Amino acid sequence: MTTVTEVEEGTESPYALSHLDALESEAVHIFREVAGEFENPVILFSGGKDSIVMLHLALKAFAPAPVPFSLLHVDTGHNFPEVLEYRDRTVARHGLRLHVASVQDYIDRGVLKERPDGTRNPLQTLPLTEKIQSEKFDAVFGGGRRDEEKARAKERVFSLRDEFSQWDPRRQRPELWNLYNGRHAPGEHVRVFPLSNWTELDVWQYIAREGIELPQIYFAHEREVFRRGGMWLTAGEWGGPKEGETVEKRLVRYRTVGDMSCTGAVDSDATTLDAVIAEIAASRLTERGATRADDKLSEAAMEDRKREGYF
Amino acid sequence: MSTTTTEALSATTLLRFATAGSVDDGKSTLVGRLLHDSKSVLADQLEAVERASASRGQDGPDLALLTDGLRAEREQGITIDVAYRYFATPRRRFILADTPGHVQYTRNMVTGASTAELTVILVDARNGVVEQTRRHAAIAALLRVPHVVLAVNKMDLVGYQEGVFAAIAEEFTAYALELGVPEVTAIPISALAGDNVVEPSANMDWYGGPTVLEHLETVPVSHDLAHCHARLPVQYVIRPQTAEHPDYRGYAGQIAAGTFRVGEEVTVLPSGRTTRISGIDLLGVPVDVAWTTQSVTVLLEDDIDVSRGDLIVPTKDAPPTTQDVEATVCHVADAPLTVGHRVLLKHGTRTVKAIVKDIPSRLTLDDLSLHPHPGQLVANDIGRVKIRTAEPLPVDSYADSRRTGSFILIDPSDGTTLTAGMVGESFATPEPVKDAADDDGWDF
Repeated sequence: MTTVTEVEEGTESPYALSHLDALESEAVHIFREVAGEFENPVILFSGGKDSIVMLHLALKAFAPAPVPFSLLHVDTGHNFPEVLEYRDRTVARHGLRLHVASVQDYIDRGVLKERPDGTRNPLQTLPLTEKIQSEKFDAVFGGGRRDEEKARAKERVFSLRDEFSQWDPRRQRPELWNLYNGRHAPGEHVRVFPLSNWTELDVWQYIAREGIELPQIYFAHEREVFRRGGMWLTAGEWGGPKEGETVEKRLVRYRTVGDMSCTGAVDSDATTLDAVIAEIAASRLTERGATRADDKLSEAAMEDRKREGYF
Repeated sequence: MSTTTTEALSATTLLRFATAGSVDDGKSTLVGRLLHDSKSVLADQLEAVERASASRGQDGPDLALLTDGLRAEREQGITIDVAYRYFATPRRRFILADTPGHVQYTRNMVTGASTAELTVILVDARNGVVEQTRRHAAIAALLRVPHVVLAVNKMDLVGYQEGVFAAIAEEFTAYALELGVPEVTAIPISALAGDNVVEPSANMDWYGGPTVLEHLETVPVSHDLAHCHARLPVQYVIRPQTAEHPDYRGYAGQIAAGTFRVGEEVTVLPSGRTTRISGIDLLGVPVDVAWTTQSVTVLLEDDIDVSRGDLIVPTKDAPPTTQDVEATVCHVADAPLTVGHRVLLKHGTRTVKAIVKDIPSRLTLDDLSLHPHPGQLVANDIGRVKIRTAEPLPVDSYADSRRTGSFILIDPSDGTTLTAGMVGESFATPEPVKDAADDDGWDF
């Protein structure tokens, strides 16, 4: 944590903020705008690094008071056990309230059907949007970053969703200066992305600078995996491996945390934050390109899912 | 980006910039070249572009596909909306607002320029300064973007001639300075061939200035704050009411301009009550001094009434409060703005009821002439308005402060963002037009 802002040698003014300080300050401003203007905001919290950084920023934004938001986890039923354990420990430590929207419940009730490919990521949209409606959340924080994907590069910081949670990229409000417009009609809500301007590397550098704890699956460890669609997937009860797919033990880590059925691990021997940062800085693959099967479904897979209400 | 240590990377600064250019000026190629040559395009992104280009029957990878993210954009082959791009060098991080060049998307250029510290305006060397170039310069001036780069592109198509570049640079610089653009840096480039974008050009040894990337890396990102009016819009009151902090009452906000110090005498507007700063918390850590754009929590000596929407300012440097705001605006909504329109005005952290009293003029961007009393402003129009607010507002001139001199108008019925506003005089105020021939000896 810095008490004074780092000053670069040379031509910079002594008042120039370092890029991490600038991003942090902007994110905190966004959290406080939402706290000031909305009745019932919620933070989407998956136990992944982006949502962990979001929560850390929210804790700093309102210190020494508690975070004035509850958390919402969309539980696909195919979660990594280490991540669920991290989630519950974090909620307890900060005395937060956790809402859970469960994909498994929807499947058990027959409302949603398991897809032939076993991927549950697209199934999250309905439980998420129904939970937003039933709890009357009017602002929903997501950890989405514009560097992740080209449809997300078009996303506003405050993104209005209609009563069906739909995103219409052609009807977005222009976003000027830092004057965010959170007006919405009853039934509508606003998705808010405080990490819009962060890159994957920024997130990791910030985690290192702030000493934020992460679930262990982000660091290299031995794991039983099998090959599918060019990715290493974790073997488990969710439906892998199938016939013809062989399990092997490899030294891997995860770059993203999502549903086990579509989140791939990468070969890595990075066991420390510094090693992870060096690995990402040298990587020739994007985070999603390396580890997400769901984005490879079509050229506009993310845009299509976002239109339907996905985060 | 090369692998460096965590400390070296996190000490870099951030530059927000925007690009502007007409449809065929090669803006996508320049953006693609900046991303590609700074090694910010990764293998899977390039593969996706190659795959998509091949499936459309194109010979090589179409770099525009890197930046056009929406179905409709790819279908039509044009950029509709602002997209934000991220790249980095060991010296600096960049946020690029990639804005569409088309006239009908003027509002999107305004959106991109509102947060930019620098604008790159592209010109085709064969065509020189055209109407659209003047429009882009006018918007950069209006939004008071501190640095403007003129990238004279396609130098390869004019034989890399120094004379062609010098004539365009001179014409543009004269025009821009007349508009009030404080600084123009002109760079001859070929985005396609890579001349002077990231690497210096071997074809133009007559040019001794920086490449586009070098300039982006070294341009100063903040100004001397000693002469800025200090401003803190109160966003949220932090009151833990816990056993540990029973009496803590802090006023949270992002410093919009200038610096604040513990012990300083301050006034809270619009009430006008005066007290002293007893402490400043920088995200949980006490500090003695804080400055723009840090998000802080300020503690005051006296227990006075302060709430969201108030503005904390140094007592010796308080802005006047007024219910009559005169501003230059860019209308960004599809429905027109008319005299008598009842709206909401968001200024800083305060939203108040307001009414449009008058629209004295509309600006014709092509020749900067003023059309008196147009009656209404439609999408993409820039004009002067007079607004009466229901409560007094402490407004600065946009020329003094981009943050406390700006506002948006909102439609109270459906929440639509209608208009971007900049308080006070601007270049749109009629002034005798200087003869451009008076000025020579430009420093390129």
